[in-house]
Amino acid sequence: MSEHGTEQGLVEGSGGAPDRFTNPGLPPHVPRSADLDERAARRAERQVATLFSVSMLATVVFLVAYFAIDQKTYQFIPGIGLASLSNIVLGVSLGVSLLCIGLGAVHWAKTLMPDTEVIEDRHPQRSSDEARQDAVETIVAGGSASQLGRRPLIKYTLGGALGLFAIPLLVQLTGSLGPLPKADLSTTFWRRGMRLMRDPEMTPIKLSDVTLGSVFHVMPEGIDKSPHVLEEKAKAAVILISLPPDAIQVPKESAWGVDGIVAYSKICTHVGCPVGLYEHRTHHLLCPCHQSTFDVTRDAEVIFGPAHRPLPQLKITVDADGYLIAAAPFLQPVGPSYWERG
Amino acid sequence: MSPQSTPKGAEGLRADDLTLEEVAASKSRGGGLAGWLDDRTSAAKPTSYLLKKVFPDHWSFMLGEIAMFSLIILLVTGTFLTFWFVPSSGKVIYNGSYVPLKGIPMSEAFKSTVDISFDVRGGLIMRQIHHWSALLFTVSITVHMFRVFFTGAFRKPREINWVIGTILSLLAINEGFTGYSLPDDLLSGTGIRAAEGFIQSVPVLGSYMAFFLFGGAFPGEAIIPRLFTVHVLLLPAVIIGLFTAHIVLVAVHKHTQYPGPGKTNENVIGYPFMPVYMAKAGGFFFIVFGITTLMAALVTINPIWLYGPYDPSPVTAGSQPDWYMGFADGALRLFPGFFEFNIFGHTLSLNVFIPSLIVMPLLYSIAGAYPFIESWVTGDKREHHLLDRPRNAPTRTGLGVMAISFYLILFLAAGNDLIAIKLGLSINDITQTFRILLLVIPPLAYWVTKRICMSLQRRDHDLVLHGRESGRVVRTAEGSFFEVHEPLPEHQRWALVQHETLTPLKLTATVDAQGVRRKSTRRERLRAKVSSFYFADGVQTVSPAELAAAHHDGSAREALETEQDSGAPHLSAEEWVGQLHGGADERPETDAYASHEDGTEGGPTSPS
Amino acid sequence: MKTLGSHRRHPAAIVVLLLLGLLTTGGLYSLLAPRPAQAAVGTADDVNAGRKLFLANCATCHGLHGQGNKIGPSLIGVGAAAVDFQVGTGRMPASGPALPQVPRGKQVMFTNQEIANLAAYVATLGPGPAIPDSQYTQGDGSIARGNELFKVNCAMCHNFAGSGGALTRGKFAPSLRNATGKHIYEAMLTGPQSMPVFNDQNLSPTDKNDVISYLHDLDKNKNPGGLSLGNLGPVSEGMFVWIFGLGLVVGAAVWLGSKAA
Repeated sequence: MSEHGTEQGLVEGSGGAPDRFTNPGLPPHVPRSADLDERAARRAERQVATLFSVSMLATVVFLVAYFAIDQKTYQFIPGIGLASLSNIVLGVSLGVSLLCIGLGAVHWAKTLMPDTEVIEDRHPQRSSDEARQDAVETIVAGGSASQLGRRPLIKYTLGGALGLFAIPLLVQLTGSLGPLPKADLSTTFWRRGMRLMRDPEMTPIKLSDVTLGSVFHVMPEGIDKSPHVLEEKAKAAVILISLPPDAIQVPKESAWGVDGIVAYSKICTHVGCPVGLYEHRTHHLLCPCHQSTFDVTRDAEVIFGPAHRPLPQLKITVDADGYLIAAAPFLQPVGPSYWERG
Repeated sequence: MSPQSTPKGAEGLRADDLTLEEVAASKSRGGGLAGWLDDRTSAAKPTSYLLKKVFPDHWSFMLGEIAMFSLIILLVTGTFLTFWFVPSSGKVIYNGSYVPLKGIPMSEAFKSTVDISFDVRGGLIMRQIHHWSALLFTVSITVHMFRVFFTGAFRKPREINWVIGTILSLLAINEGFTGYSLPDDLLSGTGIRAAEGFIQSVPVLGSYMAFFLFGGAFPGEAIIPRLFTVHVLLLPAVIIGLFTAHIVLVAVHKHTQYPGPGKTNENVIGYPFMPVYMAKAGGFFFIVFGITTLMAALVTINPIWLYGPYDPSPVTAGSQPDWYMGFADGALRLFPGFFEFNIFGHTLSLNVFIPSLIVMPLLYSIAGAYPFIESWVTGDKREHHLLDRPRNAPTRTGLGVMAISFYLILFLAAGNDLIAIKLGLSINDITQTFRILLLVIPPLAYWVTKRICMSLQRRDHDLVLHGRESGRVVRTAEGSFFEVHEPLPEHQRWALVQHETLTPLKLTATVDAQGVRRKSTRRERLRAKVSSFYFADGVQTVSPAELAAAHHDGSAREALETEQDSGAPHLSAEEWVGQLHGGADERPETDAYASHEDGTEGGPTSPS
Repeated sequence: MKTLGSHRRHPAAIVVLLLLGLLTTGGLYSLLAPRPAQAAVGTADDVNAGRKLFLANCATCHGLHGQGNKIGPSLIGVGAAAVDFQVGTGRMPASGPALPQVPRGKQVMFTNQEIANLAAYVATLGPGPAIPDSQYTQGDGSIARGNELFKVNCAMCHNFAGSGGALTRGKFAPSLRNATGKHIYEAMLTGPQSMPVFNDQNLSPTDKNDVISYLHDLDKNKNPGGLSLGNLGPVSEGMFVWIFGLGLVVGAAVWLGSKAA
């Protein structure tokens, strides 16, 4: 054991110190049956060969099935149901073909390849002092030969150039990735007078269509003609709920609805999933993503879950023909919070 | 060695192999293609060096290989998928063979995925292999990380490799997230919607970052093509680069090994790459590929045709991300909504920002920094190539289990609605319970694990000192009964005594000779305190002196052991007298267990 | 050839024995377990017969004239459709406590004629939704349109494939597997328990038929990719890979690292 070895190098794992047990060395080698018995070896060989042959057979099955089985064939498989025959046969044959090569190779290694353990020595990771010295000298010598230290002008301007050159790349990448948000997050497609349309049929809703306990999924009229349909739908989704009028506990909510029929933004104020689960006996709206729960009798106030703000209400009224229309756009931003929301 | 008679078995099959001398003397000294290559690359030396490399044989060393092979499978099947997948949000009307979607408007990305599933031969099996392989990739990275942690394989010189591994793990789960979001289906689209909400919650910059990432308002037409670039080009490039560095370091450091007879910190014992590990590792690749393919053949994964195309209006009950993002989803569900504040006209949504964007980097940073924390605590600057048995590092094991329990509760919380319907419970109660458990279970898990480790250590300690109960009960002439204990065989005992019990770092004098207080004593005191937390209640390893002393305690419970059995330091016969179990020196000379002046055993047949 | 007896100490013997035992007891139970008793058949006049059934089975909770009491809600105006659904699926008479929600009973307690009688009687209590015309409950509509409607209106509670989902406080939206077209229609029409009402002006009869067509298509149990794991999404897939995927691969690794015989 060198001094080097005891400090920064290897642990004296092999003992030798009087207060530790000594390493007894490798246990005696136990030969395998294939090492001792010619027949066991030949049996192992046959087993390996069988596995490889099964693999070849499975490959052939794959190739035949690829062309022979029609994509649309469904086959009843007990335990699975009606499955695509092509998928099952191609998959099982490919899987067997791969698996058997693996099993064969491993079995071969285990039974026939040498299994006496080999000992390889380790060396400390640390390079020798000479090597380190050499490296340091090379770097220092090269550095001083470059005269960088003696030429402060070069040093500073080099630092400046290297520090700055990557900025155009970053600016190019991030500068044109997308537009500034401006007022986009705080406005929706809804305008005063727009009719409420069923989603996805896009047919208008008459007041008389709405019976007690109904839920309608609503989009504003004309949104399907907009050039950015999905982007507008992602903010304009509304859920129309019919409550018993005397269940509503907040006067503003009644005022913004019609006969107990109220409309709320369907975009959850947590992270934006559609809040569609209306429990019509308890009058609670549940969001399926993180279980934020809103009480529709109390102006969609949050009563459980990780959301903070209540859902914004859309003020609705009835037009001359009896259709439900928006009386005003949303008066606050819908959806998840953001810094400049206010 | 090689007997003159006909060798049997595998040896016999090798009897006709050339010896090294014969190979050296042969004319074809690496001719042909190999010679052509060597003439141009001098590859002979590194080739033979690599082929001779020794790998220790333990199944737990294969866990990283599962990840490696899954990565290869992902690259192969993924390339296949890119030939048919269209990374575009452009709107089309479906008119393929899957009836429930006929005439439905959808994005090109979704349509191409449905086409791969139903109208491309072998497309569905390739998609399913790809996704199952992605799940197995992340699973195997996780269990590999656990194995490396609990066996202390991250200690010097492998700290860099641990950090690389932590980064790889983080990249892998993000690669998975971008991958399953590519088909633009209802479930993954809901996840992207939530991701936009997370980014929006970033203070000051949130809305700008969201608009930059999505190329405008959500959903926009840019996110799918951008995710495609990230998933197919950027992340795989970084992963492959880091992974290459990871295995090069394994080769440079050589693999660690479990402690055992013959294994020291200065050697590696195992089997050579050529031919054993070539066959075993190569075979294992095919086994992993085969099992993944069989899973893909028989079990559906990510049935996007059932989810339908993404639209901001519908959503499915039971919306969860893939398992490896579960802990982040659970954190979102558990974090109370109270933590959103209005500051001077600006909204700070910590209820979204912390669980979605802080928890993941924080957990991974702590994990990545752990080797340095532990080496600071132990002050151990030596190289470690022998693994720890987890019980021999009780504090580390306890901390690991604590971290896993924290992660696991977050992970289970993501499935709270499925737990509710499958077990008939209230989702509100489940959520509240998880909130409490998140704070209660981890310290409890730490404490329980540490106690279990220490009691296992004590059991090992007792096993070495007192041997194994053999079940043979002996009745002495005086009428007392005792059970004969067999001492552990040397090779079995070695594994129980080889480890080193670390002791807490001691504070050096904080005040020097002149009575002046040294600087940075606060840091040193913290270090000593943490070190004490780690090692103060360690169970000491058994030493030979202790073993010998145990034989001399005169207790009547154990029978005589000969010198050869115990491996204890050689003591002369005189020293043994008066110090044997069962008070053997007090027995009559004819007693089988009596000792004699000359050190031989008593009994009717032995000479007196 | 070794006898079976010489294999009695084989490691697999205990497994075989256990399997045999389980199969035998299971088989005997299914053969010998008693069948549920059939309810008695009603008498002549439908409404009258219905009234008699009502008084015998429903009045305790719903009041002598269906007006409701402390235990059960009023049935005035629920219509024949509600009765046909609730009684026809076994939800009524209630077999368990009403909180968190009335459970679905294990069996339907009445014959089809009795259900029709009950429905006819309750319909006389007040105007309400009628039993739908069979033309709209066949499930012969557009599967794709039904899919679209289902995703917007139903999937958030019942899950994308109708496998069911959780509501608050222990309530749940049940699985829709193997529900008849008539019952699906009636549920939408009457809004049982927590489910909102989807009247015929919200989802027209044709729309409802399309939804039924979609659900019936799902019932054909087409799982192109193989085992569906309950169509519950990534959670079951994650569980499967951790238990079976990892289990198999680690098993192979253990076999690989162990010494050959």
